[in-house]
Amino acid sequence: MTWETVVGLEVHVQLLTRTKMFCGCSARFGDPPNTNVCPVCLGLPGALPVPNEQAVRLAVRAAYALGCTVHPRSIFARKNYFYPDLPKGYQISQFEGPLATGGALACVSPDRGPIAVRIKRLHLEEDAGKSFHDRVPGKTAVDFNRSGVPLIEIVSEPDLRSPAEARAYLAVLKQVLGPGYLAISNCNMEEGSLRVDANLSIRPAGSSELRTRTEVKNMNSFSGVEHALTAERARQLVATERGEEIVQATLLFDAAAGEVRPTRTKEEAHDYRYFPEPDIPPLVLAEAWLAREKQALPELPAAKRARLESAFKLSPAESVVVSATAALGDYFEALAARAGSGAGKEVWNWVANDLLSLSRDGESIPVPAGPAFETLALVRGGTISRQAAKRVLAELVQHPSEPAAAIAERLGLVQVSDTSAIEGWVRETLEAHAAEVARYKAGETRLMGFLVGQVMKRSQGKADPKAVNAALSQALE
Amino acid sequence: MIDFRQAARETAARVAACEGKGTHAFLAWSEAALLAQADRLAASPDAAAGALAGEAVAVKDVIADADFPTTCGSRILAGWRSPFEATAVRRLRAAGALVAGKTVCDEFAMGSSTEWCAYGPSLNPVDPARVPGGSSGGSAAAVAAGAVTMALGSETGGSVRQPAAFCGVVGIKPTYGRVSRYGLVAFGSSLDQIGTLGKDVAGAARLLAAISGRDDRDGTTLDRVPLGEPGPTAGSLAGTVIGVPREYFPTGLHAGVRAATDRALARLRELGAEVRDVSLPHTKYAVPTYYIVAPAEASSNLARYDGVRYGPRDDGASDVRAMYRATRGRGFGPEVRRRILLGTYVLSAGYYDAYYRQAQRVRDLIRHDFARAFASGVHALFTPTTPTPAFKFGENTADPLAMYLSDVYVCTANLAWVPALSLPIGRDAGLPIGGQLIGPMEGESTIVRIAQALERALDGTAEVR
Repeated sequence: MTWETVVGLEVHVQLLTRTKMFCGCSARFGDPPNTNVCPVCLGLPGALPVPNEQAVRLAVRAAYALGCTVHPRSIFARKNYFYPDLPKGYQISQFEGPLATGGALACVSPDRGPIAVRIKRLHLEEDAGKSFHDRVPGKTAVDFNRSGVPLIEIVSEPDLRSPAEARAYLAVLKQVLGPGYLAISNCNMEEGSLRVDANLSIRPAGSSELRTRTEVKNMNSFSGVEHALTAERARQLVATERGEEIVQATLLFDAAAGEVRPTRTKEEAHDYRYFPEPDIPPLVLAEAWLAREKQALPELPAAKRARLESAFKLSPAESVVVSATAALGDYFEALAARAGSGAGKEVWNWVANDLLSLSRDGESIPVPAGPAFETLALVRGGTISRQAAKRVLAELVQHPSEPAAAIAERLGLVQVSDTSAIEGWVRETLEAHAAEVARYKAGETRLMGFLVGQVMKRSQGKADPKAVNAALSQALE
Repeated sequence: MIDFRQAARETAARVAACEGKGTHAFLAWSEAALLAQADRLAASPDAAAGALAGEAVAVKDVIADADFPTTCGSRILAGWRSPFEATAVRRLRAAGALVAGKTVCDEFAMGSSTEWCAYGPSLNPVDPARVPGGSSGGSAAAVAAGAVTMALGSETGGSVRQPAAFCGVVGIKPTYGRVSRYGLVAFGSSLDQIGTLGKDVAGAARLLAAISGRDDRDGTTLDRVPLGEPGPTAGSLAGTVIGVPREYFPTGLHAGVRAATDRALARLRELGAEVRDVSLPHTKYAVPTYYIVAPAEASSNLARYDGVRYGPRDDGASDVRAMYRATRGRGFGPEVRRRILLGTYVLSAGYYDAYYRQAQRVRDLIRHDFARAFASGVHALFTPTTPTPAFKFGENTADPLAMYLSDVYVCTANLAWVPALSLPIGRDAGLPIGGQLIGPMEGESTIVRIAQALERALDGTAEVR
């Protein structure tokens, strides 16, 4: 029998606010343990939570970016459970009446092409502290700096059909919410600002049933998610083929071993006893405010790709490259605007090949569009070669205020199109390579390239290749 | 010019006298702490001009204050010193008041007699064989014994008004959201309000005015102008309509309570008020509703006392679950354990709809009862505060339900969020009887005005039969 994989993801994203969800403590990552704490986020007797407006704003932006309906009235709820890093004995989250529901994220599946992954709900909540079991021998240490940091939880429908699709979905989610576009989060899995719990089940191909699923946790990279799901799918396939029943369970991914293992703790039936948080009135958002936030959303990757493809005649593969971040798209457009209509492909080549190769992070280009265009203009005008342009651009990274033309001059990259000089180099070349000239004349025309190269070498790269070609052709006639 | 140190010494002498008689109204107080506060007030430029300059206020031990421990009458917070003070305490200090000390209460405010205080109950200054009521029994006893003229208490289901009635003092439970809950250790968050107690209506109302108003640290406070000081006592209540809800006057009502309320209603009529029968048909569901909502919220609010960050911890346990069980099992008393169990049960999967959700629906019906009565032209409701005068120690501890029923007339106002006050309306066999005025949402000044007039028109310490 052929089996189909069914995956749904629950993604927690830390919001990039200055302060925590319900108090004024700094939400910064990486400070010394227990330095960003107060009575509220430590759960001291008598302290009360007050929601952070900026966290609500960022969550609303995320919801709109994911195509969700944002509800003008949503309810905070308490999720009750005991754990040492949960100071109040409950997490303030949302349950009935979440902030947003019913969205979709467009992704490209490696197997199925373009797909829309439905978003079931998006809600606001607070993070817990962090437990360390290895710092103090025989004891658990707890850092409450993370306690109360704002999170959104994004729950997808079980619309993903392979581990690779799950990874593709996460990559798009990170692109949209991360620093490249909305910048509501760092979306850094290694630092824990994006965390993934994955649900996986299998079913006979073509069936629409949802079978018993397992939950896989403890992945700390996108490739980890793909590996963990691949391992869990394999485990379920083997078990099912053997006729064993799949049991609902939570499994932990061991990245070193590449395996998933059942959690060692006794499987307890969690009853979180959710109920509406009485300390926080319902979150009521004015329709006009919501409309403004929706209006103010930046252009998102899918829309940007479509527009760049049609405006600059780019292929889908090309548009993906220059829409990796909003800033890169803006850069491409700024350069293309200077380069004039019809120059889309030419500019794409510059951006994708010459300029991105100078980037440290593969996203941001260290040469402003102005000087980059001056360099392009120097090539267009025949002042420097396409090859020399790469050196000018690299130099611009070090000397951003020096004009491109001056750099070309300084580095001696200005092309010689003076006919007499070129004719001199041609003459010398033909004399030095008489044998090749004879072979050329005997019909071995592919030697033309070699001869051009030799002329260029004599000119130390300064000769205009077009003029060299013309002069050589003439001399060999 | 106010001599704060003199005020501190006089307060210390009065508290010492109260405690010397064995009242045990206070869990923590000292002359040194009073003098230290006096010096701080003397150094503050605004304190001398404050509305409560030099007056002493006793504070219930469930309200956080940095000068004294905040134990909530529980072993699980033995010795706990809050690093911050409640907004209400900050405001009364800003008004120039001294905190006389922290008063006895039932553990985490769960109880109606102070018998559930882990550090021993307070005695009723009127009759030491009887309870002062609860849970703010220490605050009521401190006022009744003359240690202070005003005190802060807190209410979840009548915990200010019931002890005020038992001790023969005045207690006000303001509209939900009138006073910040920041620093009030949570019991049932959707019901909790800090309330005030005073020797007379004006005293309790003045203290309430000083602590009321919006607080950015409590998102449930009302966005309104703070309450003003009480006005002069009106000689007439002409034009005022008082509703008498028949559900609060059952056939078997205690004869002394009935005589006292009859006399008070007669005085209200004599003052020119129109007294009208009304009905609050869902009153009979108030106690069961209360005993679902309050324990549900309490079971969650008390989860933080886990021995991890503060309070005593049982370190002999083998793992964290066992540590929780040992710490909480030993730290909480029987009534708190009972309510945590009850609350956990009603929130559990499979029971939530039948209990918690249903209770919220009934709570809406109770709220509508009041809204309908006030919309019909009634300015305030008059009822007994309690079904009986103060009971004896031990009388109800073996029967939780009997204890719960002593709150039958007071817990409705907490469920409906409306303001209510209790004032002494006479005595029966020497025991004080309280009369209750319930107002519409944000109607504190209305019930205070009526109470002031009634207070002057009757002798609250006279025998009623």
